Amino acid sequence: MHFRFTDTAIDSAGARRELLDLGAGGYASFEGWVRDHNEGLEVTRLEYEAFQELALKEGERIVADALRRFAVKHALCIHRVGTLALGDMAVWVGVSSAHRGEAFDACRFIIDEVKHRVPIWKKEHYRNGDSGWVNCERCAAAPNHAHDHDHGHPVEPALLTTRE
Amino acid sequence: MQLKIQYYALMREQAGRSEERLETSAATPADLYGELMARHGFTLPPQQLKVAVNGEFSDWSHRLRAGDAVVFIPPVAGG
Repeated sequence: MHFRFTDTAIDSAGARRELLDLGAGGYASFEGWVRDHNEGLEVTRLEYEAFQELALKEGERIVADALRRFAVKHALCIHRVGTLALGDMAVWVGVSSAHRGEAFDACRFIIDEVKHRVPIWKKEHYRNGDSGWVNCERCAAAPNHAHDHDHGHPVEPALLTTRE
Repeated sequence: MQLKIQYYALMREQAGRSEERLETSAATPADLYGELMARHGFTLPPQQLKVAVNGEFSDWSHRLRAGDAVVFIPPVAGG
């Protein structure tokens, strides 16, 4: 299993041990942390929710694809769900490989694909009391949606927002 | 026919439930989403959603069958 969820703190030291291999000359990892601001708003906490049945399959496909594409030794991705505080680790990716180049490339590939393909949603809670589902609220465009606030979003879906 | 529909994130909040069983004549996910938009006031246009049937990505013109589990997938934001 190369992709999993946890509703408690990610044990990155334990996860790293799963990648150890005497044939590996290096290891690269990525940690995504909960940041205290997004698009000009002060964030106080986050909630992550996943459609786990499909997310596990899609996450597994991404990591399997990375293993093939970059010929690395081992790779693993762990994503948190539930309520997270500022500074908490939301996602961890680790890759071990014979040489460093593939480890960095595979790690970057996995986090980028996970962000775009895996059915996981993030709700931000703001200092001002508002909250919103990232990439959803600002692109909702029902004809009867009262647009009484100007948030200056583009017409196309804001699918490519990155925040790590 | 009866379908099982599960909701996540913004759509779960807008529907006020995480799942429901619905008697419908919708032949495809596209028909079904039209019906559900009216029923629950969903704000996301279908162009911004993906659809899954029975736990796997599907397409909007897939022929639904009785007992299918359907999930509409709002824009994702993992990581």
